[in-house]
Amino acid sequence: MVGAIDTIQVALQLQRGDFQLDIDVTLPGRGISALFGPSGSGKTTCLRAIAGLERVNDARIVIGNEVWQDSAQGIFVPTHERALGYVFQEASLFEHLNVRANLEFGMKRVPPGERTFSTEAVAGLLGIGDLLARRPGKLSGGERQRVAIARALLASPRLLLMDEPLAALDLRRKQEILPYLERLHDELSIPIIYVSHAPDEVARLADHLVLLDAGRAIASGPLSETLARADLPPTFADDAGVVLDTILDGDEADALSRLRFAGGVLYVGQRKEAVGSHLRCRIHARDVSLALQRPSGTSIVNLLPARVTATVPTDTPGHVLVQLRMGPTPLLARITERSRRELDIVPGRDVWVQIKGVALLS
Amino acid sequence: MDAADLAAIWLTLKLATVVTLLLLALGTPVAWWLARTRSRLKNVVAAVVALPLVLPPTVIGFYLLVALGPNGWLGKLTSTLGIGLLPFTFAGLVLASVLYSMPFVVQPLHNAFDAIGERPLEVAATLRASPWDAFWSVAVPLARPGFLSAAVLGFAHTVGEFGVVLMIGGNIPDKTRVVSVQIYDHVEALEYAQAHWLSGAMLTFSFVVLLALYTVNPQAVRGRR
Repeated sequence: MVGAIDTIQVALQLQRGDFQLDIDVTLPGRGISALFGPSGSGKTTCLRAIAGLERVNDARIVIGNEVWQDSAQGIFVPTHERALGYVFQEASLFEHLNVRANLEFGMKRVPPGERTFSTEAVAGLLGIGDLLARRPGKLSGGERQRVAIARALLASPRLLLMDEPLAALDLRRKQEILPYLERLHDELSIPIIYVSHAPDEVARLADHLVLLDAGRAIASGPLSETLARADLPPTFADDAGVVLDTILDGDEADALSRLRFAGGVLYVGQRKEAVGSHLRCRIHARDVSLALQRPSGTSIVNLLPARVTATVPTDTPGHVLVQLRMGPTPLLARITERSRRELDIVPGRDVWVQIKGVALLS
Repeated sequence: MDAADLAAIWLTLKLATVVTLLLLALGTPVAWWLARTRSRLKNVVAAVVALPLVLPPTVIGFYLLVALGPNGWLGKLTSTLGIGLLPFTFAGLVLASVLYSMPFVVQPLHNAFDAIGERPLEVAATLRASPWDAFWSVAVPLARPGFLSAAVLGFAHTVGEFGVVLMIGGNIPDKTRVVSVQIYDHVEALEYAQAHWLSGAMLTFSFVVLLALYTVNPQAVRGRR
């Protein structure tokens, strides 16, 4: 049996007409790494190259201790010999097979001793146990995509690749599938590379974020750190904000819940989850304001001390983005240039942040 | 119908069956290649395969006769191999029919493979299926309507041919005298009653086959050029 994956190295160089792809990133061997960027930024090409579906002549793809491609040494492992799972944007189920036969297509091609899941376990994980005898044509869009994910898992992948698995679905179907993707994240140890151009999906699911633009990786790092980088281009800055991983600490008497994180405590409307649950939340830069003293006489309950680490101009004239840290936890605030000047917001200054809104992502 | 007519019918069915099986065996890789290749030869091969659609059967028959004859390169080859000369034999008839009916098998299969697209094969590859495995477990089942059309059209077209048969097969009872030639003989001999019986049988057969094809599989027929 092959060992656990420590890192995933992806280095690609490709010139195709006007389009140039030049990427060299190392991704963690666990959790969800999101490849995020606008259409045409090369995310799907990158994913297809990792799978070997796209033949990139100059590439090095190493999954833990397995070399899948190394052009310098003339190594190219064909797709069907790579222990991967691939979920396409459209479910792409085999229409001539029923759901069970679709699920077991990959599984049957893996020697029994190397199988990591049973059909029943995966069908349960994705809530498709009742659909096994159906034909793909009789499934809803959300069900089809869940079957496609289950089918990929049953091929016992060491790496799961997902190419905008929610993009072809309407909002309701997305909401239907997202909890299952979170379960994959929480219950499986398989690293996932997730391609998306939807900031909400990335904020909700990713642990590691790679930002792609025009075929280049302009940032790669842990999600919260990368989102908090104030120097990113406007694609994400429109929706600037950070993501916090918190733990539900307990309830207050007045129907509020306490969320503990590395830089303090946040109060949100009462949660149903058990105390100790991990909750991810998002704080938009536009919902954060700054004060020099601890504000009093305010209706805002989330007031926290923080230190300014950087300020950068935004695309909106007269506004700046301020990067702060609450202890080790980064935060972004969008304020006017006038306020920045009057409060003298400069790196190193201690301030109080007022957080007007906390969006819970799970 | 007399014994000669029945012999002609039997020979026709035998010929069409053998030809259809050979056509599927040979046409499938050609159609697969045409559907998947990015080679510049693709259009050349497609055009060559389609030639029988536009050429008079006599042209194909003539060239085959020359090539398969004692001085033709194929004739020399078959003689050297100890097979003997093919013109005016059942084997020669089979060869000519395979060439002549090839487009009727290749085109439905080509369309069917095209319609499957790249995606199911990519999915199969990500599910550990080798290209050979994926061809049999995914492409062939998905192209089933195409195979059905190809077999029916190949069979029916072989039953219906005349010119090539006459050129290569001649008119030898039990060996190369198929129904279409038998009808021709009846008409020549002014035996209109027998000609009616056989022609009526052919008409009915062809209509039933085409009706079945359009009913079972309308798309595949419409997709054909």
